[in-house]
Amino acid sequence: MIIDQAFEPGTRQELGGHVFTAEAIIDFARQFDPQRFHLDAESAKDSVFGGLCASGWHTAATWMKLNLASNAIEAKKAQDEGRALPEFGPSPGFRNLRWFKPVYAGDEIFYSRTIRGTRPLASRPGWSILELSSEARDSQGELVMSFDSAALIRFPEAADTE
Amino acid sequence: MPKDEFLHFEDMSPGTVFPLGPKSVSADEIISFAMEFDPQPMHLDEEAGRNSILGGLAASGWHSCAMMMRMMTDSYLLRTAAEGAPGVDFVKWRKPVLAGDVLQGETRVLDARESKSRPGIGIVSLRHELRNQNGETVLESENPVMVRLRPAETAQS
Repeated sequence: MIIDQAFEPGTRQELGGHVFTAEAIIDFARQFDPQRFHLDAESAKDSVFGGLCASGWHTAATWMKLNLASNAIEAKKAQDEGRALPEFGPSPGFRNLRWFKPVYAGDEIFYSRTIRGTRPLASRPGWSILELSSEARDSQGELVMSFDSAALIRFPEAADTE
Repeated sequence: MPKDEFLHFEDMSPGTVFPLGPKSVSADEIISFAMEFDPQPMHLDEEAGRNSILGGLAASGWHSCAMMMRMMTDSYLLRTAAEGAPGVDFVKWRKPVLAGDVLQGETRVLDARESKSRPGIGIVSLRHELRNQNGETVLESENPVMVRLRPAETAQS
Protein backbone atom coordinates (compact mmCIF):
# COMPACT_ATOMS: atom_id res chain seq x y z
CA MET A 1 0.00 0.00 0.00
CA ILE A 2 1.42 3.36 -1.01
CA ILE A 3 0.21 6.22 1.17
CA ASP A 4 0.76 9.50 -0.61
CA GLN A 5 2.36 12.14 1.60
CA ALA A 6 -0.74 14.28 1.00
CA PHE A 7 -2.45 11.92 3.48
CA GLU A 8 0.15 12.16 6.27
CA PRO A 9 -1.41 13.19 9.61
CA GLY A 10 -1.33 16.95 10.08
CA THR A 11 -1.32 17.79 6.37
CA ARG A 12 -3.59 20.75 5.78
CA GLN A 13 -5.11 21.42 2.39
CA GLU A 14 -6.69 24.74 1.48
CA LEU A 15 -9.79 24.02 -0.60
CA GLY A 16 -10.44 27.54 -1.89
CA GLY A 17 -13.23 30.03 -1.46
CA HIS A 18 -16.90 30.15 -2.39
CA VAL A 19 -19.20 33.18 -2.57
CA PHE A 20 -22.71 32.56 -1.23
CA THR A 21 -25.05 34.67 -3.37
CA ALA A 22 -28.53 35.59 -2.13
CA GLU A 23 -29.94 33.71 -5.10
CA ALA A 24 -28.13 30.47 -4.25
CA ILE A 25 -28.97 30.79 -0.53
CA ILE A 26 -32.67 31.17 -1.34
CA ASP A 27 -32.63 28.40 -3.93
CA PHE A 28 -31.11 25.92 -1.48
CA ALA A 29 -33.48 27.02 1.30
CA ARG A 30 -36.57 26.62 -0.87
CA GLN A 31 -35.66 22.99 -1.45
CA PHE A 32 -34.27 21.97 1.90
CA ASP A 33 -34.55 24.53 4.70
CA PRO A 34 -37.41 27.00 4.20
CA GLN A 35 -36.93 28.98 7.41
CA ARG A 36 -37.52 32.69 6.91
CA PHE A 37 -33.94 33.81 7.66
CA HIS A 38 -32.79 31.62 4.72
CA LEU A 39 -35.58 32.65 2.33
CA ASP A 40 -36.22 36.35 2.42
CA ALA A 41 -33.87 39.28 3.09
CA GLU A 42 -36.64 41.53 4.42
CA SER A 43 -38.09 38.96 6.78
CA ALA A 44 -34.61 37.92 7.93
CA LYS A 45 -33.87 41.44 9.23
CA ASP A 46 -35.88 40.98 12.42
CA SER A 47 -34.87 37.33 12.88
CA VAL A 48 -32.28 36.05 15.35
CA PHE A 49 -29.62 36.24 12.59
CA GLY A 50 -30.43 39.81 11.51
CA GLY A 51 -30.11 39.15 7.77
CA LEU A 52 -30.44 36.62 4.97
CA CYS A 53 -28.04 33.76 5.70
CA ALA A 54 -27.29 30.33 4.27
CA SER A 55 -28.72 27.12 5.69
CA GLY A 56 -26.02 25.42 7.72
CA TRP A 57 -26.45 22.42 5.42
CA HIS A 58 -25.70 24.64 2.42
CA THR A 59 -22.45 25.74 4.10
CA ALA A 60 -21.63 22.09 4.86
CA ALA A 61 -22.49 20.70 1.40
CA THR A 62 -20.31 23.39 -0.19
CA TRP A 63 -17.34 21.92 1.71
CA MET A 64 -17.92 18.68 -0.21
CA LYS A 65 -18.07 20.57 -3.51
CA LEU A 66 -14.70 22.23 -2.87
CA ASN A 67 -13.21 19.07 -1.36
CA LEU A 68 -13.96 17.15 -4.55
CA ALA A 69 -12.69 19.97 -6.75
CA SER A 70 -9.43 19.93 -4.79
CA ASN A 71 -9.18 16.13 -5.11
CA ALA A 72 -9.65 16.45 -8.87
CA ILE A 73 -6.77 18.93 -9.10
CA GLU A 74 -4.57 16.64 -6.98
CA ALA A 75 -5.55 13.67 -9.14
CA LYS A 76 -4.60 15.51 -12.32
CA LYS A 77 -1.25 16.46 -10.79
CA ALA A 78 -0.59 12.86 -9.74
CA GLN A 79 -1.53 11.61 -13.20
CA ASP A 80 0.82 14.11 -14.86
CA GLU A 81 3.62 12.96 -12.55
CA GLY A 82 2.85 9.29 -13.22
CA ARG A 83 1.92 8.58 -9.59
CA ALA A 84 -0.82 6.07 -8.75
CA LEU A 85 -4.02 7.56 -7.34
CA PRO A 86 -5.97 6.61 -4.25
CA GLU A 87 -9.64 5.78 -4.81
CA PHE A 88 -12.24 7.38 -2.56
CA GLY A 89 -15.24 5.45 -1.25
CA PRO A 90 -18.27 6.36 0.82
CA SER A 91 -18.23 8.04 4.22
CA PRO A 92 -19.67 6.54 7.42
CA GLY A 93 -20.55 10.03 8.69
CA PHE A 94 -19.25 13.01 10.63
CA ARG A 95 -19.28 14.42 14.14
CA ASN A 96 -18.69 17.60 16.10
CA LEU A 97 -20.14 19.83 13.40
CA ARG A 98 -20.35 23.39 14.72
CA TRP A 99 -21.88 26.41 13.04
CA PHE A 100 -20.12 29.30 14.81
CA LYS A 101 -21.40 32.23 12.74
CA PRO A 102 -24.06 32.71 10.09
CA VAL A 103 -22.92 32.90 6.44
CA TYR A 104 -24.63 36.01 5.06
CA ALA A 105 -25.55 36.72 1.45
CA GLY A 106 -22.45 37.93 -0.38
CA ASP A 107 -19.96 36.37 2.08
CA GLU A 108 -16.98 34.54 0.65
CA ILE A 109 -16.13 31.48 2.72
CA PHE A 110 -12.77 29.71 2.62
CA TYR A 111 -12.57 26.00 3.31
CA SER A 112 -9.77 23.71 4.43
CA ARG A 113 -9.25 20.12 5.55
CA THR A 114 -6.59 18.59 7.74
CA ILE A 115 -5.68 14.91 7.71
CA ARG A 116 -6.02 13.31 11.16
CA GLY A 117 -4.92 9.85 10.16
CA THR A 118 -5.62 6.68 8.22
CA ARG A 119 -6.11 3.12 9.43
CA PRO A 120 -6.73 -0.08 7.47
CA LEU A 121 -10.32 -1.32 7.54
CA ALA A 122 -10.43 -4.92 8.75
CA SER A 123 -13.88 -5.52 7.25
CA ARG A 124 -12.86 -4.41 3.74
CA PRO A 125 -9.40 -5.61 2.73
CA GLY A 126 -7.56 -3.02 0.66
CA TRP A 127 -9.56 -0.12 2.05
CA SER A 128 -8.62 2.29 4.83
CA ILE A 129 -10.55 4.83 6.85
CA LEU A 130 -9.32 8.38 6.33
CA GLU A 131 -10.10 10.78 9.19
CA LEU A 132 -10.30 14.49 8.54
CA SER A 133 -10.97 17.72 10.41
CA SER A 134 -12.37 20.52 8.29
CA GLU A 135 -12.94 24.23 8.70
CA ALA A 136 -14.72 27.08 7.00
CA ARG A 137 -13.67 30.69 7.66
CA ASP A 138 -14.96 34.06 6.50
CA SER A 139 -12.84 36.71 4.76
CA GLN A 140 -11.81 38.08 8.18
CA GLY A 141 -10.43 34.64 9.01
CA GLU A 142 -13.12 33.96 11.61
CA LEU A 143 -14.31 30.39 11.97
CA VAL A 144 -17.86 29.88 10.68
CA MET A 145 -17.98 26.07 10.68
CA SER A 146 -15.89 23.05 11.64
CA PHE A 147 -16.44 19.29 11.72
CA ASP A 148 -14.66 15.94 11.90
CA SER A 149 -15.42 13.40 9.20
CA ALA A 150 -14.24 10.10 7.79
CA ALA A 151 -14.20 8.47 4.38
CA LEU A 152 -13.15 5.16 2.90
CA ILE A 153 -10.02 5.35 0.79
CA ARG A 154 -8.12 2.71 -1.15
CA PHE A 155 -4.46 3.48 -1.56
CA PRO A 156 -2.74 2.04 -4.62
CA GLU A 157 -0.91 -1.25 -4.14
CA ALA A 158 2.84 -1.20 -4.69
CA ALA A 159 2.42 -4.15 -7.06
CA ASP A 160 -0.31 -2.50 -9.16
CA THR A 161 2.01 -1.89 -12.08
CA GLU A 162 3.17 -5.50 -12.35
CA MET B 1 -52.84 23.50 21.77
CA PRO B 2 -54.41 25.43 18.89
CA LYS B 3 -52.97 24.47 15.52
CA ASP B 4 -51.79 27.98 14.74
CA GLU B 5 -49.80 28.39 17.94
CA PHE B 6 -46.02 28.06 17.91
CA LEU B 7 -44.26 25.29 19.78
CA HIS B 8 -42.08 26.58 22.59
CA PHE B 9 -39.51 25.08 24.94
CA GLU B 10 -42.32 23.95 27.24
CA ASP B 11 -43.79 21.84 24.41
CA MET B 12 -40.57 19.89 23.89
CA SER B 13 -40.17 17.83 27.03
CA PRO B 14 -37.98 14.71 26.87
CA GLY B 15 -39.75 11.84 25.11
CA THR B 16 -41.76 14.09 22.77
CA VAL B 17 -41.76 12.59 19.26
CA PHE B 18 -42.25 14.36 15.91
CA PRO B 19 -42.73 12.25 12.76
CA LEU B 20 -40.40 12.78 9.76
CA GLY B 21 -41.47 12.05 6.19
CA PRO B 22 -42.50 10.06 4.28
CA LYS B 23 -40.27 11.41 1.54
CA SER B 24 -39.65 9.54 -1.70
CA VAL B 25 -36.26 10.09 -3.29
CA SER B 26 -36.08 10.30 -7.08
CA ALA B 27 -33.11 9.66 -9.33
CA ASP B 28 -33.47 13.20 -10.72
CA GLU B 29 -33.19 14.76 -7.26
CA ILE B 30 -30.15 12.65 -6.40
CA ILE B 31 -28.38 13.61 -9.63
CA SER B 32 -29.34 17.28 -9.39
CA PHE B 33 -27.94 17.63 -5.85
CA ALA B 34 -24.82 15.66 -6.77
CA MET B 35 -24.08 17.82 -9.82
CA GLU B 36 -24.04 20.88 -7.58
CA PHE B 37 -22.34 19.57 -4.43
CA ASP B 38 -21.02 16.01 -4.71
CA PRO B 39 -20.31 14.99 -8.33
CA GLN B 40 -18.99 11.48 -7.67
CA PRO B 41 -19.96 8.74 -10.14
CA MET B 42 -22.12 6.75 -7.65
CA HIS B 43 -24.27 9.85 -7.08
CA LEU B 44 -24.56 10.71 -10.79
CA ASP B 45 -25.00 7.51 -12.72
CA GLU B 46 -27.07 4.36 -12.16
CA GLU B 47 -24.50 1.97 -13.55
CA ALA B 48 -21.59 3.59 -11.71
CA GLY B 49 -23.69 3.33 -8.54
CA ARG B 50 -24.38 -0.38 -9.10
CA ASN B 51 -20.67 -1.00 -9.54
CA SER B 52 -19.77 0.93 -6.37
CA ILE B 53 -19.79 -0.12 -2.71
CA LEU B 54 -23.19 1.64 -2.43
CA GLY B 55 -24.86 -0.79 -4.86
CA GLY B 56 -27.01 1.65 -6.83
CA LEU B 57 -27.58 5.29 -7.72
CA ALA B 58 -27.19 6.68 -4.20
CA ALA B 59 -27.87 10.09 -2.69
CA SER B 60 -24.90 12.09 -1.42
CA GLY B 61 -24.81 11.87 2.37
CA TRP B 62 -25.04 15.67 2.42
CA HIS B 63 -28.20 15.37 0.33
CA SER B 64 -29.64 12.95 2.90
CA CYS B 65 -28.89 15.53 5.59
CA ALA B 66 -30.57 18.26 3.56
CA MET B 67 -33.63 16.05 2.95
CA MET B 68 -33.79 15.33 6.69
CA MET B 69 -33.69 19.08 7.34
CA ARG B 70 -36.67 19.54 5.02
CA MET B 71 -38.57 16.79 6.79
CA MET B 72 -37.82 18.57 10.10
CA THR B 73 -39.02 21.96 8.85
CA ASP B 74 -42.19 20.40 7.42
CA SER B 75 -42.92 18.39 10.57
CA TYR B 76 -42.24 20.87 13.38
CA LEU B 77 -39.48 23.44 12.90
CA LEU B 78 -41.51 25.97 10.92
CA ARG B 79 -44.04 26.08 13.77
CA THR B 80 -41.41 26.14 16.52
CA ALA B 81 -40.09 29.31 18.19
CA ALA B 82 -36.61 28.12 17.21
CA GLU B 83 -33.48 30.27 17.16
CA GLY B 84 -31.23 28.02 15.11
CA ALA B 85 -28.88 25.19 15.94
CA PRO B 86 -25.27 25.58 17.12
CA GLY B 87 -24.29 22.35 15.38
CA VAL B 88 -24.73 18.62 15.00
CA ASP B 89 -23.17 16.14 17.45
CA PHE B 90 -23.03 13.41 14.83
CA VAL B 91 -24.54 12.09 11.63
CA LYS B 92 -24.15 8.39 10.83
CA TRP B 93 -24.86 7.36 7.25
CA ARG B 94 -25.77 3.79 8.13
CA LYS B 95 -27.00 2.56 4.73
CA PRO B 96 -27.07 4.06 1.23
CA VAL B 97 -30.17 6.07 0.27
CA LEU B 98 -30.97 4.77 -3.22
CA ALA B 99 -33.14 6.17 -6.02
CA GLY B 100 -36.75 5.11 -5.39
CA ASP B 101 -36.34 4.81 -1.62
CA VAL B 102 -39.08 6.20 0.62
CA LEU B 103 -37.68 7.66 3.83
CA GLN B 104 -39.46 8.20 7.08
CA GLY B 105 -38.63 8.32 10.74
CA GLU B 106 -38.84 10.60 13.69
CA THR B 107 -37.23 13.24 15.85
CA ARG B 108 -37.27 12.43 19.57
CA VAL B 109 -36.53 14.96 22.33
CA LEU B 110 -33.72 13.55 24.48
CA ASP B 111 -33.21 16.43 26.89
CA ALA B 112 -34.39 20.00 27.44
CA ARG B 113 -32.81 22.58 29.73
CA GLU B 114 -32.95 26.33 30.12
CA SER B 115 -29.90 28.28 28.99
CA LYS B 116 -27.91 29.76 31.86
CA SER B 117 -26.34 32.43 29.68
CA ARG B 118 -29.40 33.41 27.61
CA PRO B 119 -32.56 34.06 29.64
CA GLY B 120 -35.72 33.05 27.80
CA ILE B 121 -33.93 30.43 25.69
CA GLY B 122 -33.91 26.67 26.15
CA ILE B 123 -31.54 24.12 24.67
CA VAL B 124 -33.39 21.08 23.36
CA SER B 125 -31.36 17.97 22.45
CA LEU B 126 -32.88 16.03 19.58
CA ARG B 127 -32.27 12.58 18.17
CA HIS B 128 -33.25 11.95 14.54
CA GLU B 129 -33.60 8.65 12.74
CA LEU B 130 -34.59 7.92 9.13
CA ARG B 131 -35.48 4.48 7.79
CA ASN B 132 -36.11 3.24 4.25
CA GLN B 133 -39.18 1.34 2.99
CA ASN B 134 -37.63 -1.92 4.24
CA GLY B 135 -37.39 -0.57 7.77
CA GLU B 136 -33.61 -0.32 7.59
CA THR B 137 -32.07 2.64 9.39
CA VAL B 138 -30.27 4.81 6.83
CA LEU B 139 -29.40 7.86 8.93
CA GLU B 140 -29.01 8.63 12.62
CA SER B 141 -28.16 12.01 14.08
CA GLU B 142 -28.28 14.05 17.27
CA ASN B 143 -28.17 17.79 17.63
CA PRO B 144 -29.20 20.60 19.96
CA VAL B 145 -31.55 23.42 18.93
CA MET B 146 -32.29 26.72 20.68
CA VAL B 147 -35.98 27.22 21.42
CA ARG B 148 -37.61 30.23 23.10
CA LEU B 149 -39.51 29.78 26.34
CA ARG B 150 -43.21 30.62 26.19
CA PRO B 151 -43.63 34.33 26.96
CA ALA B 152 -44.94 34.88 30.50
CA GLU B 153 -48.08 36.78 29.39
CA THR B 154 -49.28 33.84 27.29
CA ALA B 155 -48.27 31.14 29.75
CA GLN B 156 -51.89 30.52 30.68
CA SER B 157 -53.18 30.13 27.14
